[in-house]
Amino acid sequence: MAEANLPLQAGSEVQVEKKARAESSTFSRVAKYTAVRVVTLFLTVVVSLYLTIMIANMGGYVDQIRKGEIRETVSLRALNDPTLKALPPEVRTERLEGLIRLEEHRLGLDEPFAARSLAFLTEALTLQLGRAENMSSDSGSRQVRLILLERLPATLVLFATANILDFSLSVFLALYLSRKYGSLLDKATIAMSPLSSAPAWFYGLFLILIFAALLGVLPFGGMVDAPPPDTPVAYILSLLKHMILPVLAWTISTIFGAVYAWRTFFLIYSSEDYVDMAKAKGLSSREIERRYILRPTLPNIITTFALTLITLWTGAPILEGVFNWPGLGRTLLQAIGLYDTPVIVGSTVIFAYLLAITVFLLDFLYALVDPRVKIGDEGRRA
Amino acid sequence: MKALYRTFRELIRYRSATAGLVIIFILIGVAIYTVITIPYNEAIRLWRGGEDIWYKYPKNAQPEWVNLFTEPDLPKTIFLSTADSTVSKTTEVVSEGLTQVTLSFPLEYSYEIFPQELTVYFSARFAAKKPHVSLTWITPNNEEIEIGSFSIQSSDTYRVSQDQRLQRKFKGTPPVQGLFADPNAPQPTPLRGAYELRIVGSLFEKDNDLDAEVVLHGEVYGSAGTDHLRRDISIALQWGLPIALAFGLLAALGTTITTMVIAAVGVWFGGWVDALIQRITEVNLVLPFLPILIMVGTFYSRSIWVILGVTILLSIFGSGIKGYRAIFLQVKESPYIEAARAYGAGNRRIILGYLTPRIIPVLIPQLVNVIPTFVFLEASLAVLGLGDPVLPTWGKIIDDARANGALFRGQYYWVLEPSALLMLTGLAFALVGFALDRVFNPRLRGM
Repeated sequence: MAEANLPLQAGSEVQVEKKARAESSTFSRVAKYTAVRVVTLFLTVVVSLYLTIMIANMGGYVDQIRKGEIRETVSLRALNDPTLKALPPEVRTERLEGLIRLEEHRLGLDEPFAARSLAFLTEALTLQLGRAENMSSDSGSRQVRLILLERLPATLVLFATANILDFSLSVFLALYLSRKYGSLLDKATIAMSPLSSAPAWFYGLFLILIFAALLGVLPFGGMVDAPPPDTPVAYILSLLKHMILPVLAWTISTIFGAVYAWRTFFLIYSSEDYVDMAKAKGLSSREIERRYILRPTLPNIITTFALTLITLWTGAPILEGVFNWPGLGRTLLQAIGLYDTPVIVGSTVIFAYLLAITVFLLDFLYALVDPRVKIGDEGRRA
Repeated sequence: MKALYRTFRELIRYRSATAGLVIIFILIGVAIYTVITIPYNEAIRLWRGGEDIWYKYPKNAQPEWVNLFTEPDLPKTIFLSTADSTVSKTTEVVSEGLTQVTLSFPLEYSYEIFPQELTVYFSARFAAKKPHVSLTWITPNNEEIEIGSFSIQSSDTYRVSQDQRLQRKFKGTPPVQGLFADPNAPQPTPLRGAYELRIVGSLFEKDNDLDAEVVLHGEVYGSAGTDHLRRDISIALQWGLPIALAFGLLAALGTTITTMVIAAVGVWFGGWVDALIQRITEVNLVLPFLPILIMVGTFYSRSIWVILGVTILLSIFGSGIKGYRAIFLQVKESPYIEAARAYGAGNRRIILGYLTPRIIPVLIPQLVNVIPTFVFLEASLAVLGLGDPVLPTWGKIIDDARANGALFRGQYYWVLEPSALLMLTGLAFALVGFALDRVFNPRLRGM
């Protein structure tokens, strides 16, 4: 008995060991992949920010922002300086101009553009976005960074909800339709897919017309009731009520296209031999869908989702404008209206970061689901 | 040519594609008609024009066809001028220094809703002494209401709704309502029948003359209604079409073709060229497209053609490049390419003559499919307030409507008309693109 047991035990030990090694190497591979992506994405962000700065600066606007800022700080300092206050006005302005020139020199504004643009780049990367010309944050600050960061949660809460809902709903629907291939619902959904050519704000107009103007059941826009409810529960309920229409608009404009594309993926994969094999084995259809259809298509789906998400970020500011959602996008719209250059440039920087973070998150997800990343090179060779 | 014909034959087998094609042809026809009947400069002049061009038009009037669906009917605009035959003008020389001109405007009012506004535009000829006019309103009950009397300039405007004195006279009722109200009705309703506006002008010099135009602004106008600046929306609806089509087509052509050529170049040369193109694509992915367009729009130029150029530039290294690359990588290995290389074909010849034509089946559906995206992009920019400053476009109508709270005030036609046209254009191209996808990719056909 003991003898007979030995090899088996040894064998299982080896298996466990193998498994453990496989797990640790999977972890390290995912980590390595992620690290490489972080570095490349960071470089990408650096380059894209640099391009943004070049575009914004061709009209000398970033220079103007910085010079204005220097003038303001120097004048403020001079105002509080008793020795300067005592001087006659002409001497004082002359002294002030001298100080400003000195400060500009210190910050390198009299240097060639190539050197200066690098300085701008470091500032943009560290989110030192300067001061707004006309706008201020709700807390009263003129710092562009504070104005934008204050609005960031509103944007994130709306678009994270909309996208997560959208993604899960379209995967679910696409799977369902691929199962009911050829049914009336399937045909109807495909017929609706051209609807995805219109942006979300466009549907937003119609939804506002129907649900706010005609029926009067949902608010025209905004994020919470005015005045904001006191209790957290009431606040969240009010937030949800205001979120229905923008999320719905977002969903209508994306879901049909995504469902159509993914349904096609699922159909292609479900005609593979191994799926037939699984069916022959008598596995439940739920099991087959999860393990043999969804699993191998997931990397593809995530890639297409990433691409649509990136293009959709484009429409975000307008959707916020249409629904009066107090997020980044509406701030950008206000900045256009007020011609507030630092805020416009700052928003662009923040949007570049948001895009990079989106790409990174989806890349990370991709690493988790793509067997090629997990198994590494041996898997790819085989 | 034959291939094109075959594609077309196959395409019209899809009913949706036929519908899409018919819509596209109609749209193109209307666009050409618009450009011919309302020349570019005329359209800009009209759209940029102010009160001087549009004074005869009511403000925020709904299109006339709403009367088909609503009961009671909304009043139409009535325009009368001394040049009309129904208007009588009598001149009577009272003495050396006084001539009296009596203008009588008959107004037949048959609606159950009050009109928007009653405006009198005077034009007088005099040297030094200003003429004096007095306006009398005669209701169908033969009741005479003194509207007022005042001196006028050589060209002068009198708006009844802004007359405070008249409002006090009617005990606070808006003056236009006061003039048309039925005195016996319990609710303020207009009295229907023949009204008359009599203007008696006293001229104090020799050879002086007085003419007037009376506009009774209704609540409906024309086929599309008017906006807050009295402009006829149908002009912008018509002119928006050629602009939307031109923008969509040019942007789609520009982006897809350049993207294709760049993908082919990358694949053909391989090595660092390919790597560079791949990296640029990744950077481009992270570049925030709309904020950059906004920056260009605010800092440099809002001209639609500049924006079009930047759009194409930013989309060249778009995500489509990866798809094309995958196909080119396969095509590159085909024997005919090797043969071409063997007989000494140059790089340019191979890329443009042999590589790129192979991708046309993928390219054409994509080209048609991205047109709606760009049509909507133009509208999106206008909604952002970055529309072309002079051109009337659909997006600008929506922007005007939104800025003036059209949805909030129930002026739905203002938003719905441009939206419907946008939707129609987008849908037509999407339908055709969808069918083209199936024609060129038979693999999709079963699905």
